[in-house]
Amino acid sequence: MKKLFGMAAATLLSFAVTAAEISLDGAGASFPAPVYRVWSYNYGESTGNRVEVNYQSSGSGAGINQIKEKTIDFGGSDNPLTKEELDKANLCQFPMLAGGVVVIVNLRGVKPNTLKLDQATLADIFLGKIKGWDDPRIKALNPGVKLPRVRITVVRRSDSSGTSFIFTNYLSKISKEWADRVGCGPAVNWPVGIGGQKNPGVCNNVARINGAIGYTEYTYAVEAKLSMVSLKNKAGKFVEPKPETFRASGAHADWKNAPGFYMLLTDQPGDDSWPITGLTYILVQRNQPDAKKAAALLNYFNWCYTTGASAASKLHYVPLPEEVVSLVRNAWDAEIRSGNASVKY
Amino acid sequence: MNDSGKTLLNPACTDRLFRIAAAGSALLAPLLLAALLVQLGIGSAPAWREFGPGFLIGTEWDPVRNVYGALPAIVGTLLTTALALLFAIPPAFVTALRLVDAPPGIGEILSQALDLLAAIPSVIYGMWGLFVLVPIMQDHVQPFLSDTLGLGKIPFFGEYGNGFGFLTASLILALMILPYISAVMRNVFRMTPAVLRESAFGIGCTRWETAKDIVMRYGIRGLLGGIFIGLGRALGETMAVLFVIGNVVALPEDLYASGTTIAATLANNFAEADGILRAVLFALGLILLLLALGVQVLAHYYLALTGAGRGER
Repeated sequence: MKKLFGMAAATLLSFAVTAAEISLDGAGASFPAPVYRVWSYNYGESTGNRVEVNYQSSGSGAGINQIKEKTIDFGGSDNPLTKEELDKANLCQFPMLAGGVVVIVNLRGVKPNTLKLDQATLADIFLGKIKGWDDPRIKALNPGVKLPRVRITVVRRSDSSGTSFIFTNYLSKISKEWADRVGCGPAVNWPVGIGGQKNPGVCNNVARINGAIGYTEYTYAVEAKLSMVSLKNKAGKFVEPKPETFRASGAHADWKNAPGFYMLLTDQPGDDSWPITGLTYILVQRNQPDAKKAAALLNYFNWCYTTGASAASKLHYVPLPEEVVSLVRNAWDAEIRSGNASVKY
Repeated sequence: MNDSGKTLLNPACTDRLFRIAAAGSALLAPLLLAALLVQLGIGSAPAWREFGPGFLIGTEWDPVRNVYGALPAIVGTLLTTALALLFAIPPAFVTALRLVDAPPGIGEILSQALDLLAAIPSVIYGMWGLFVLVPIMQDHVQPFLSDTLGLGKIPFFGEYGNGFGFLTASLILALMILPYISAVMRNVFRMTPAVLRESAFGIGCTRWETAKDIVMRYGIRGLLGGIFIGLGRALGETMAVLFVIGNVVALPEDLYASGTTIAATLANNFAEADGILRAVLFALGLILLLLALGVQVLAHYYLALTGAGRGER
């Protein structure tokens, strides 16, 4: 937290002291916001504060709305737009990072990171059908763990969110009842539970309530030191949430046949695949009126894919493999235009 | 200098300028209010078309199927406000009485402290609520109320709490509006002519009798004024409530249940809303504005009724 404040203060200060030549404004998904903040800072420094990147983590929906209305230079979103939506709004979409959504619990007396759940129990907890932690079905999955007789409190997002989209997308895939009764979206009609504001709000509420279960982006769970649950994946194996298992679930993705890079990485095959993996996307206008700004924008994203990758790994996100990045570069050449030419960066 | 009669500094001229400026500024308030109402009306039109008046009593909130009802938010707003007033008025009243009676030095310090409390931003109250009050409620207050006192058996009281919910939110709200109400009451009580109070003491009234029969009776109109100010603030309070109410769009099952208010619903959803949801949020905003206006009108009506239009607050 202190680091964040320091960084925010530094950003403000640099803004006040040196007027950057080019400033790139972005807004959207809060899922990747921790990396984007570090990137903005590092990239600004690497250009001698000539280029300044701002990112507001206002949520995926806000990012999509604002880039459509052209009030920002790039939008961040965790729920990808389809090819038709992109064509309609004349936007170019590309994936930036992969990351995991993890299930977090707060159970006094249970060793952190030991709990295991499978598809049916996870869905039934969030459907409100399993009400106590000492439920026989949870016990059966966790022999050797002494489960307390505590009521389950579900914690979920109160605001509309890409993280919720990824999570409900997974629940819809593994539970027919969830798909029929609740469905999938950035905000849904949650059968049970209390709402927290954004990822930190959910973490906070889980940390305050004994018996709470919630979901959040992996980095937030690590920073809040919350106990994470191992889940049974499509291959029937229990996997722990960590960058390796997030990466494994991206291994089977067929990027070449994904128009607009539309891809959902939930419930992927593979023994090591973490079942609730998500991608976070960047949206930019295809027609860039200002060539200089467009060049700076693509230069920045190219920097994120290359130099920025290590910073992303450090924050437990999964940078995209080189073959995907080269597909993205091809898409830039093909789609993004300033004047009538593609943009050189 | 001899032609100063034609410059802008001419008294007649400055007077007119001042009058125009003053009239313009004064007009701004009703114009802004009208503009707000019109804007909210236009923005919410799709929601009224889609759901009709049934929107007011609808209880569903399903963003996937785009079905929305306003009742949980309205009930949540009214319930938290009512409870907050219930919790805040008695201590506010007693505090104000004491402040008026306190020796000058101490009274001054206490008054300053009260005014400072009123100036604390609501988000601070919210954070305090989340980090301090919620755990206390979960671990101590709620078990004490339901198990030790056995109140859990009473319907609507609630048997099991997780610290969040209506009771916690109302307590925070009460704490926030208490200084407002108390400050207004204090000012009213101070207006009681000293001669009245002294005569009361002179004929042997106790402090409580003086407070009850002289000060309170004299200042009853101001009391109501103070309460209405607190009410207005509680109705629209957003951040502090959002932190601790649990943000569940459902009618309250009991006091410990999580719920939502109109303001919290707006804050939670507005950033990402588009289409019908945005219209629904505008409609909720309109409802909240009308509720607040209703309170104002009631307050003015009451004050006018009791003839309290003499600049007393």
